[in-house]
Amino acid sequence: MSAITPDTTPERRLKRASRLSGDGTFKALTAVCAGSVLLILAGMLVETTNEAWPAFRKEGIDFVLANDWVPSAGRYGGAAFIYGTLVTSVIAIVLAVPMAVLIALFLTDVAPRRLRLPLTYVVDLLAAVPSVVYGLWGVIVLVPFLTDHVWQPMADHLGFIPLFSDFLSGRNYATAGVILAVMILPIISAVSREVFLTVPEGDRQGALALGATRWEMLRHAVLYRSRPGIAGAVMLGFGRAVGETIAVAYLIGGKADISVHLFHPGWSIASVIASQFNEAASNPDFRSALIALGVVLFVITLLINVAARFIISRTSRYT
Amino acid sequence: MIAGGNMRRRRRIDRLMTFVMWGALFVAVVPLVLILAQVVIKGIGQLSWDFLTQPEPFNQLEHSGGFGAGIRGTIKVVFIGSVMAIPLGILAAVYLTEYGRTSAFARLVRFLTDVMTGIPSIFVGIFIYTLIVLHTGSFSTWAGGLALGVLMLPIVVRTSEEILRLVPPDLREASFALGAPRWKTVTRVTLPAALPGLTTGCLLAVARAAGETAPLLLTAFGNQLMVPWSKFNGPESTLTYQIYQNSNSPFLAAQERAWTGALVLVFGILMLSVAARTIALRKSIGRR
Repeated sequence: MSAITPDTTPERRLKRASRLSGDGTFKALTAVCAGSVLLILAGMLVETTNEAWPAFRKEGIDFVLANDWVPSAGRYGGAAFIYGTLVTSVIAIVLAVPMAVLIALFLTDVAPRRLRLPLTYVVDLLAAVPSVVYGLWGVIVLVPFLTDHVWQPMADHLGFIPLFSDFLSGRNYATAGVILAVMILPIISAVSREVFLTVPEGDRQGALALGATRWEMLRHAVLYRSRPGIAGAVMLGFGRAVGETIAVAYLIGGKADISVHLFHPGWSIASVIASQFNEAASNPDFRSALIALGVVLFVITLLINVAARFIISRTSRYT
Repeated sequence: MIAGGNMRRRRRIDRLMTFVMWGALFVAVVPLVLILAQVVIKGIGQLSWDFLTQPEPFNQLEHSGGFGAGIRGTIKVVFIGSVMAIPLGILAAVYLTEYGRTSAFARLVRFLTDVMTGIPSIFVGIFIYTLIVLHTGSFSTWAGGLALGVLMLPIVVRTSEEILRLVPPDLREASFALGAPRWKTVTRVTLPAALPGLTTGCLLAVARAAGETAPLLLTAFGNQLMVPWSKFNGPESTLTYQIYQNSNSPFLAAQERAWTGALVLVFGILMLSVAARTIALRKSIGRR
């Protein structure tokens, strides 16, 4: 072995052959394409922060802590939007997560084998409906229905709980939360399903062999093992809910207010940007403030997504 | 074994939970069915050739005209987005599967691509607004297309990577054994073998882009007039934008147009999704 000179090892020859064949150029081309993702992300951060800077500098920490949004007077305190974003997203998570996890379990372990694939497609179709259609449907159908049959009765009977008291408008935090729940359900369900499929068949069979019923097997073997993966799925869903724009713009009511009452109108970061950008385009201060709100939204979703991906990548098979 | 009341209780809970799981699925499917039904019922009445090809009437009260401008605009911006994102995304995926694999750079790209799929679409709109619209001084079809391209890119990269990973290593090895360099193996063997799967991934990305509204508000903006096919440097309507605008109008005729627009949009996106699935299904059958 040691007698062979390095020049004739297969690796060396391959390397030379690939140099001659132009493989290096192709590799460089694909690497540049892969690098474009980094470039775009970096460009996003720099460009938007640059435009947002005047607003951040002028308002300081009040930009996110003060509830004082009067563009006509040059006052930009966006706390109400951050509050509205978080409240609607939390409502969405509370409603969607139990449903999504049960549906995922159903699709991996319970549904008749033949129906699993078609039913999975149907759930995925929920993600294919565009957000503007959710918004349109929400305003015409969901708002009157929820107002008459759910929110009003809840306000009447559960009004002693501050969250549910004082019904003001059908377009409110709660309605926006409901539509967000429908919209994020497919992603939470899809990621949970992937996680459940990684639980070894042996764990399932083992639990059943010990005399567990199917539900006990699902609970103690499948769900127990999947906790980190579900946490990741929930955070991905939360990230989606936080960034959703148009459907929320239709349904949240459009009022820069902070209220504990879920049946009051509010506003979210993404929807206020969509609603006010037209007026702001000709006023540099206002425009800068809306872009700054976008940067705040970006930072929030970035933190959520990085955390979610970190959790998921530690539990999944590859990456 | 003591199969007393305890066992009966456990069985009962088991049956109850099975029932609850069926119920959860049912509750999730209800909005889907309701939305599809409503869109068809409210939208089908005004659907006509004119609706697909004519611009909105200047008088909002009129029942004539349609979303021709927006449909054309959507096709244009999605086309620009695809031309940008599909080649870039597939080549990036080739790098990840064929060259980078587990290198630190490849892992970083993979991670950031995943993170990028979660960036709110309105923020992508803001980015293109600051990058293009502020510098050129005008909303434009270009800007809208680029925004969609940025949104599509991570989807194309990740789905293509999954698909390329599924190409059997034997195929690549056979090609190497014949003396083909890696780039030739990729372009002549790996990519053609993965073509159906890649098409599926790209169609899903196109479907997602066609349904976007938020980023287009800040980039393509909107336009009451039909913009010629060859013009890309001015404001342009898209289907989603026209639905959004018309549904917020107090006039009944405009609201009716919004529902018909929604019907066209949902139908188009569903067709793309079904086409994507059918291609994916074909492939798995052919393999067997």
